[in-house]
Amino acid sequence: MTGRTLYQRIVDAHTVRPLGDGGPILLYVDRQVLNEYTSPQAFAALHAQGRPVWRPGASLAVVDHVNATTPVRNARTMVLHDADRARQVQTLADNCARHGIELFDMLDTRQGIEHVVASEQGWVLPGMVMAAGDSHTTTHGAMGALGFGIGSSEIEHLLATQTLVYRPQKNLRVTVHGTMPPGITAKDVVLSLIAQIGADGAAGHVIEYTGPAIEAMGVEGRLTLCNMSVEAAARGAIVAPDDTLFHYLHGRPRVPQGAHWDAAVAQWRNLRSDHDAVFEREVSLDARHIAPRVTWGTSPDQGVPIDGVVPDPAHEGDAQKRQGMQRALAYMALIPGQALQGLPISHAFIGSCTNSRIDDLRDAARYLRGRRVASGVRAMVVPGSSLVRAQAEAEGLAQIFQQAGFEWRQSGCSMCVAMNEDHLNPGDRCASSTNRNFEGRQGAGARTHLMSPAMVAAAAVTGVLTDLRSLPCH
Amino acid sequence: MTSRLQALTRLSGVAAALSLPHVDTDQIMPKQFLKGIDREGLSQGFLHDMRFDAAGQKRADFVLNQAPWTEAMFLITGPNFGCGSSREHAVWGMRQLGIRCVIGASFGGIFSDNCLRNGVLALVLPDTEVARLTRLAQDPLGCQMALDLPTQSVYSAGDGRTLRFELDPLHKNMLLHGLDAVGMSLLHAQDIRDFETQYLAAHPWVQPEQNHPTR
Repeated sequence: MTGRTLYQRIVDAHTVRPLGDGGPILLYVDRQVLNEYTSPQAFAALHAQGRPVWRPGASLAVVDHVNATTPVRNARTMVLHDADRARQVQTLADNCARHGIELFDMLDTRQGIEHVVASEQGWVLPGMVMAAGDSHTTTHGAMGALGFGIGSSEIEHLLATQTLVYRPQKNLRVTVHGTMPPGITAKDVVLSLIAQIGADGAAGHVIEYTGPAIEAMGVEGRLTLCNMSVEAAARGAIVAPDDTLFHYLHGRPRVPQGAHWDAAVAQWRNLRSDHDAVFEREVSLDARHIAPRVTWGTSPDQGVPIDGVVPDPAHEGDAQKRQGMQRALAYMALIPGQALQGLPISHAFIGSCTNSRIDDLRDAARYLRGRRVASGVRAMVVPGSSLVRAQAEAEGLAQIFQQAGFEWRQSGCSMCVAMNEDHLNPGDRCASSTNRNFEGRQGAGARTHLMSPAMVAAAAVTGVLTDLRSLPCH
Repeated sequence: MTSRLQALTRLSGVAAALSLPHVDTDQIMPKQFLKGIDREGLSQGFLHDMRFDAAGQKRADFVLNQAPWTEAMFLITGPNFGCGSSREHAVWGMRQLGIRCVIGASFGGIFSDNCLRNGVLALVLPDTEVARLTRLAQDPLGCQMALDLPTQSVYSAGDGRTLRFELDPLHKNMLLHGLDAVGMSLLHAQDIRDFETQYLAAHPWVQPEQNHPTR
């Protein structure tokens, strides 16, 4: 018998039963996270059918998409003046109360972006299956778990049955060789990968990341990597659990303790792909050759190294891709052959479930100490959770950001998805640590360049897209 | 197992082509339409910025604003249509506008799953077939198509051809009968309970109550 991949092991361990001959199975899900904008329709459908929630303890609810990120958070400042958003938040609270589901509301000291909160709390553990009504649920693969996003109808299914009708995916192994050069982060690795394989390059696959650069990477870097794998259309992304992960998890609130911890770790050490496991596809990258990345277009695969230039659609042989490039260049107001370095920005944003954790803030702060945000640039930091914010304040990072001229805000999805009042205006150009440069993503007509948090900091202080390797850091 | 969804068996009507690659769900249903707590009133939002200008006027040069494609029931898309955000609002709005079948070389995975849950067929075909249907859909006189789900075929009037396609039997059944997936899965409730009992015993840390969360 051939060996199994880690992904197959996790799926096998969660298979309740097959569903017919076509391949779909009934997949048991360990835990889910609910938010205020994709869960109301799921609860409404559940209520219409008079069905109970199968296992309320499997859900944790967090308000993150629509809440304000005003620097001061209290009962007075967190009144949402938009009646629709207020209704979404209230509906989540009502549904949680009705079904006995734990909620981190806007004033909870543990509130934050659902994916940041989940790993911070130890809500997702190795070997688990985790699903949520948000595409970036792939994040949790960094915990040695299978995480993936679902729509509202599937949230309803999950709440009612604690299972999903699931079609097993193919296996894609991404091996990252070598050691990452100074200043290069997981964000640069994943942006390189997406540019290499395309925005649909991992469609129908779950990625397993492996290789020396991954083994040496911290858990927060792995979270970034798995998070953005969905931008290559991956249906999941996993890093096998190791001591780095166990060290990260140990002592977190929802993690087993004492004898339970020892028993769990003993099981978790078996969570790896067999040596003879078959991966339908293999891709490899060499970390030594990865430069700081920026995107120039409106799809996450439209990116180049910072010392690169905007490509010429005329050289693209595929007519559809050429059409996509031309549309992107018109939207981004860029011309073929133009250098990315030196391109003036109006905004700098550090935040999102991709890059808003403590390591991200430390990385960015290294380029801000003793510097000021360039005139004409509005710069914002939105920590991924209230606990990240508190830690950054305790470490003195908040002071560095503020002295440099960054707004130091409260946590939420904020200007990554612009569903609260944090948004850009038409024509604004933003250096952004987020995950999507889609048209209108950060505001109608706004132009987004994706990059690492440190690269955002470098752009903020120079006022133009900048190669951080040219900027001395502290 | 009644369902709020209509079954999808046969469909006959106009096909429109939108061949841009990677049209994401932020474009398919922009953020200003994500403020509800229900599934209604989203047809206006579907591909909003492509269909309407900044003043809210219909863009005359966009295919869905031109006859006969204002009545489109089929949409022939570029690769990876529906990538990005999981927002099911994208499918609700598309369906409310009258589109019940999308055909492309690939789709965003969550979008494709969401289609299935809403009585919409997201049909993946080889590049050459998608290119053929795109050409036909661009011809105002040849853009009539017909889907016959029981025989798993798409007929294109423009060239008189009938194309057979593969479809997962479970998915076909769900679409044909408008089945409620939750109801179907609850038929296996005893299996789920048995599995869960065993699984939780072998993985005692999964039950949050036993984790003694420290606040």
